[in-house]
Amino acid sequence: MQDTKNELYEELIIAGFGGQGIMLAGKLLAQTAMNCGREVTYMPSYGAEVRGGTANCMLVIADNEIACPVVGKPDSLVVMNKASLNKFAPILKNNGLLIFNSSLIDIEPDVDESIEVIRLPADELAVELGSIKAANMVALGAYLQARGFLDIESAIQALPEILAERYHKTLPLNSEALRRGAQFAAGAIRR
Amino acid sequence: MKVNTELTTTKRVLMCGNEALAEAAIIAGVDAYFGYPITPQNEIPAYMAKRMPEEGRVFVQSESELAAINMIFGAAATGKRAMTSSSSPGISLMQEGISYLAGAELPAVIVNVMRGGPGLGNIAASQSDYFQATRGGGHGDYRTIVLAPASAQEMADVMPLAFDLADQYRMPVMILADGLLGQMMEPVLLEKKEKRKLPPKDWALTGAKDRPQNIVRSLWLKEGVLEKLNEKLQARYAQIAENEVLCEQYKVEDSDIVLIAYGISARIVKSAVTKARKEGIKAGWIRPVTLWPFPSEQISKAAEELRIFLTVELSCGQMVEDVKLAVAGKSPVLFFGRTGGGVPTVDDVLNQIRQLTIKHKS
Repeated sequence: MQDTKNELYEELIIAGFGGQGIMLAGKLLAQTAMNCGREVTYMPSYGAEVRGGTANCMLVIADNEIACPVVGKPDSLVVMNKASLNKFAPILKNNGLLIFNSSLIDIEPDVDESIEVIRLPADELAVELGSIKAANMVALGAYLQARGFLDIESAIQALPEILAERYHKTLPLNSEALRRGAQFAAGAIRR
Repeated sequence: MKVNTELTTTKRVLMCGNEALAEAAIIAGVDAYFGYPITPQNEIPAYMAKRMPEEGRVFVQSESELAAINMIFGAAATGKRAMTSSSSPGISLMQEGISYLAGAELPAVIVNVMRGGPGLGNIAASQSDYFQATRGGGHGDYRTIVLAPASAQEMADVMPLAFDLADQYRMPVMILADGLLGQMMEPVLLEKKEKRKLPPKDWALTGAKDRPQNIVRSLWLKEGVLEKLNEKLQARYAQIAENEVLCEQYKVEDSDIVLIAYGISARIVKSAVTKARKEGIKAGWIRPVTLWPFPSEQISKAAEELRIFLTVELSCGQMVEDVKLAVAGKSPVLFFGRTGGGVPTVDDVLNQIRQLTIKHKS
């Protein structure tokens, strides 16, 4: 994630199926990073995304100018379904971070021992808060906590900029979901 | 009624390339947008459909690309700033109209957010319309100025330039982007740029009360007239080639290998070259911003010393032909690319560099 001069250069893929709010989570992260003065690129997969299909987005967050927005080998991977785990886990960098939605993924990821793994029951935690739809925010909260270069409150502040106004009634739920994810990651047993 | 709510910003906003381009066109004073939807540029007409009426300007979703480009012809003939946008198959349909714009000496801006081809191809990013864009895809002896942005910010920055160039030289200007640049979101600063000093549009069809009538046409049957027109156009093109080349370069003079790429490929190349430098490989890059006029002189100068030229494109090798023309046999010119929506990673390009060079001990 960081080069020798300790400058941030984080490459991330968020993936799942259409309807899980993958793009929204990615956009919120991008908005948060920009608001906090970082450079950021956000690249969605586009076109064939429908509910139930696959969806992913690639982000690069850095202290300095970002040249390439295409992520070949991510430092971090947040996966919300099994197909995405199978697709992207093999390209995750050693010493990277893997957060997977254990509510839907019933296998143990087969990744290098150097990789930090957080098994996050994102759907279950979201249901406890009131809606399974907030699982994306639970996952993003866990990611922000695990990486630590952006804080949860900044993400909560950025939420109204990303959510369309007609969804602003869900701001409290989404904020709670971000906090819940972070809380889980802070206490998670990691490998 | 003009509401005038142009979105200039003093701080950066997160926008996708298509939207940044659309808003920048509004700031640059586009009077009319005509277009027909196609992925991956649909954010442009969607944005324009909402914003142009807010500004009291014209938005028309035409019945086809043919209709759109001919609406451009009509609007441009009245002296208004007109634009359209489409993606590869749609741009093919517009070629006849673009040739007519060139023949009638009408200014217009045409945006091609390229996707995979040939045929309907796919909706993934591609750079395989380079030949079409830089050779003039329609019939006749004409050119279009071609601008190649490489970020969401540049998608915005090229718009005022495109309209100014079109008005100054009375010709169609094409913006050649790709699906990734259109869809990708990055922080963008939207500013109002000062217009160039432009000639008056005294040729425009504005009503001939108290002046001789103006005629806009591209049909010249009388012997010798069309030849004269073509000679005039060629003189103008020579002037553009002299004055309007834009390109960026990095560590070319101190390099064993120079990578040449435009648009999204240039972003990948920049990262690969930076990594190669860290490994002690003397690599540099040249990024053409104008694809026509092409930075032949800059490349030719770089080829005066023997070094390898590696062109990287999302195509089977199109711009590489212009690089070869510029290098003129003085150095080897190689090509690396992917096609049909494939995108090389930084490491793919870095491996190409490694195979072609030696490491210098620092």
